[in-house]
Parts: sequence; C-alpha cells; structure tokens
Amino acid sequence: KMSRYDRAITVFSPDGHLFQVEYAQEAVKKGATAVGVRGKDIVVLGVEKKSVAQLQEERTVRKICTIDDHVCMAFAGLTADARVIVNKARIECQSHRLTVEDPVTVEYITRYIATVKQRYTQSNGRRPFGLSALIVGFDYDGTPHLYQTDPSGTYHAWKANAIGRSAKTVREFLEENYNADTAASEVETVKLTIKALLEVVQSGSKSMEIAVMRRNHPLQILESAEVEKVVAEIEKQKEEEAEKKQKKMKKSS
Amino acid sequence: MKYFSHAQFIYQQFPSLKTFIEKLFILNFRILTQYMNMALADICKLNFSSKSSLTKLPSNEEVFNAEAQDCFSIPTAPQAASYLSHLSKPDSDVHIKFNHGTTTLAFKFQHGVVVATDSRATAGDYIASQTVKKVIEINPYLLGTMAGGAADCSFWERVLAKQCRVYELRNKERISVAAASKVLANMVYNYKGMGLSMGTMICGWDKRGPGLYYVDSDGQRLNGSMFAVGSGATYAYGVMDAGYSNDMCVEDALALGKRAIYHATHRDAYSGGFVNLYHMKESGWEHISWTDVKDLHYAYKNEKK
Repeated sequence: KMSRYDRAITVFSPDGHLFQVEYAQEAVKKGATAVGVRGKDIVVLGVEKKSVAQLQEERTVRKICTIDDHVCMAFAGLTADARVIVNKARIECQSHRLTVEDPVTVEYITRYIATVKQRYTQSNGRRPFGLSALIVGFDYDGTPHLYQTDPSGTYHAWKANAIGRSAKTVREFLEENYNADTAASEVETVKLTIKALLEVVQSGSKSMEIAVMRRNHPLQILESAEVEKVVAEIEKQKEEEAEKKQKKMKKSS
Repeated sequence: MKYFSHAQFIYQQFPSLKTFIEKLFILNFRILTQYMNMALADICKLNFSSKSSLTKLPSNEEVFNAEAQDCFSIPTAPQAASYLSHLSKPDSDVHIKFNHGTTTLAFKFQHGVVVATDSRATAGDYIASQTVKKVIEINPYLLGTMAGGAADCSFWERVLAKQCRVYELRNKERISVAAASKVLANMVYNYKGMGLSMGTMICGWDKRGPGLYYVDSDGQRLNGSMFAVGSGATYAYGVMDAGYSNDMCVEDALALGKRAIYHATHRDAYSGGFVNLYHMKESGWEHISWTDVKDLHYAYKNEKK
C-alpha cells in the first residue's frame, strides 16, 4: 500500500506523509556526519571526512562551503544536490547585496535555501533535495547564528546540532556537554565540536575537518596539526578522568 | 447617431444582409483589430516594425497578473521603449507634457532630515492648485517627495509602501532607506524611456542614521546630504548652501528649509502656495507646518527692519 503513495512527490499518503520527502531524509541519514556549535564570538563546523581512495586527491572533497564572507555551511546527504543549493545560495547572497545594499542575515539566506527546498517538494517531475544543511555565520550587527535545514524545507535555529550518520548520538552528547561557559570560550567551543565528532568518527583527527568563523573574519579551516593537538588534549583528559574514576572505585571498594 | 438609424433601416429591409455583415465581423475580427491598430498607429504617428507582434493583445490572465504584481503590462511590441518614445519627445504631436513646476528640497543634518516643498500645480500659465501635497508619507519612518508627474509619483510611492511593508513582515525588521530607494529605482527602471516622469527624494531614518536618496524616472539613484528638485531648485540651493551646516540645531534647520522654499516661490513663477515642512527624526517623521508663503514674505520683510 505504501508503494502507491511514494512514487510522485506531489501526492500525500492517506495518513498524511509525503513519502518522497521522508525517503530524502533517509538519504541524509546515510551521509557523513556534520556538527555545528554556536559560541558567543565564534561558530564552529566539523565534518566527518570519509576516507578517500588511494589515488584520489584529497583536497577536491570539500564538505564545508562558504556562501558569502560571513556565512558558510556544511551538509549531510547527496553531494551533487548540495552543489546546486550552494550555488543558488551564493547567487542569492550577491543579489541581496545588490538590491538591498546590505549583506544577508544568516536567517535570510537560511530562509531562502529552505524555500528552494520546499519548492522542490511541491513541483511535478522533481524530487526533493537529499540533503540537510548546517548554516553558520554572523549578522552585520555581530550576532552569531546556527541554522539547520532539512529536505522538507523547514529550518530551525540551534545552539548546537548534528546531521547525518549517528546524528542522534552526537546530538545527545552535545545536549549533555553544551553550556554557556563552553559557548563563552573560543577554545572550548572548538574542543566541544571535536569531542562530539570523535563520538562517531573512527580514526581520530585524520577523518575530520574543522572550520571556524570568527566575527568579521573569513572562514578558517583548521590545519590538521591543530586538530591533532586538540584531539591529543581530549584523549589525555579522558585518560585522566578514567584514572580518577578507577581511583575512586578502588577507594570506595 | 444619424448613421446608426440608417443602418437600422437597411437591416430591417434586408435581414439577410444583417446576418452576413455580422458573420463578416466575427470571422474577420482579427483582421479588423489589425486594421484598427494600424489606423490608431497612423493617428498617433507611431511606427511599427513588424505586423505580427500587434495581433496578439495581452490575455486577460496577463493583465490580471500584472495588476497583482503592481506593474503595467508593457505593450507587446519588440522594443516598447523606442516606439513609446514619441510620447516623450517634445516636438511630437502626442507629447505628454508634465508639469515640473515645483520646488522640493531635503537635507540631512545631525538631528535628522528636513523635507520641505511648495504646493503649487500649474498647467501652462494657469495655476491649477495652490494646495497640493507634494510630500508622500510612505510609512511612519519614510517620506517621499513629488516632482514631475503627480500620478507617477504617488502611484509608485504607494507601491513602494506596499513593498516596504512586505519586507518588514518577511524580515522582522524595518527596511533601510538604501533598500527602499533601490526598490523604487528598480521598479521604474523597467519603464525607462516609456514616458514616466518622476523626480523624488526618499528620506528616512534607519540603523545607519538619517538617509536621503534622490531617485528619478531616468534610473538615477543618488545618495547625498542635500537635494533640491524642480523648476525652483536653483533658488532653493542658493539659500540652502548659504545657511547650511551639519551641526545646526533643529530650529535653525527647519527655518532654513522654510526660507529656501520661500525664496524659490518668490522668484519661480511655477512654485508657490504653501510651504509644507517635515522633520525626519529617529522616531519617525513629524509634520511641522503648512505655511502660506504670503505670510512668510511679510515676516521676512519685517525681520530686515
């Protein structure tokens, strides 16, 4: 019965589902994890780098894209669809600068991307975009933002979020470990992002890419050496905590 | 009417003729409209390069949608601007003569923007009205002035008001003066060369402080701290430039605006009536006064004594 309602995008099922949109969300769940954390003066994006083939040039695989000087996004899902969305968003940012003589706000460009995605859930002959995006940036009045969009065309603001593979695990980790103090410190925000990614990523710093954006600065992709350093710190902290716990248990028993 | 009754008589005598002519009309309506267009074109001395583009009149849907989008359906001809240019060439028989007789001015200073206009409308040598409102209140924090075609100014500034409101609803913040003036400039640019006549100053106060832009139907859009538009502009500039300073107090600035308009009305035949004075503050615009220039004349005269 389900198969009758999942062919065409413009058809609702009897119990109110748009199956094509839901299948698109499944495609997103298969994609590599992306994490975003919003600090007070910094926004951080982290993505899981799927291992590249031996002969493939690593640098051509980019999952974090700049949309404008002050906005960037990471995505999870179909890379080709993401390319189309990123292209449209980049053009819209410049168009906005031309007609309004102001850079876009993060909310505006998120709304634009979400509108594009929604349009594709309501047209004949088209399928929805199979990607969720995490859009970060600073408005021209300095407020940082993190937004998430999904294939259905909805968007929400977040303090920290994850999309893609094992997103639920990462989000739960973020819920436990994100607080105002973390957000206030740049170092802690970056650390939290890396920690969150380490929950799902196998081989440490080699399979993740971290990008930060500070107010009035362009996007900066952290060198792998820097990421290595933070990962080493995190591992050390984990070891210390494990030791403490062991000592406590020894004492109590 | 005479011919109508004649036709009726003939139809009564020869009923089959009536049906024949009716059929002729219905079948040849397309050709008929083509001939009518040609005849009309001849009268208006318009030149059409190709016949085919004329037979397609805009469909009901197109006209309806155009209304919904606040624009006019542009004539379905290959280069609308060039064949409408006859309407704006001064020596053409069908030239629409707009009354540019007016003085409007606006200037920025530390406490906002002062906007002042006269209120005279002339049709040739005839003074059509002494009480025209040449300041258009777009919304509580945006003002536009009117120079050129009154209908063009008030229509497009009302459309601008609608666009500004939609922007506010979508983006949860007021539109900036720069964006509002750009919206207006882009709207009228679509009709460049087709005979619109509008020279307006968009004044407001937004996040960046006081804003003043000059926008006209030629597609000009200029940012500036002082503009005067109209036949009396030169007189107004003289007085404004003499007394202007950014650090004026509100009282002095308003007095300067009033005086500049008065002097323009004194020397320019096409300006007169009343001085309409507004002050654009951070909290929005405030209407200051509507003063008869006659009274100003005697007041200034007494000052000199």
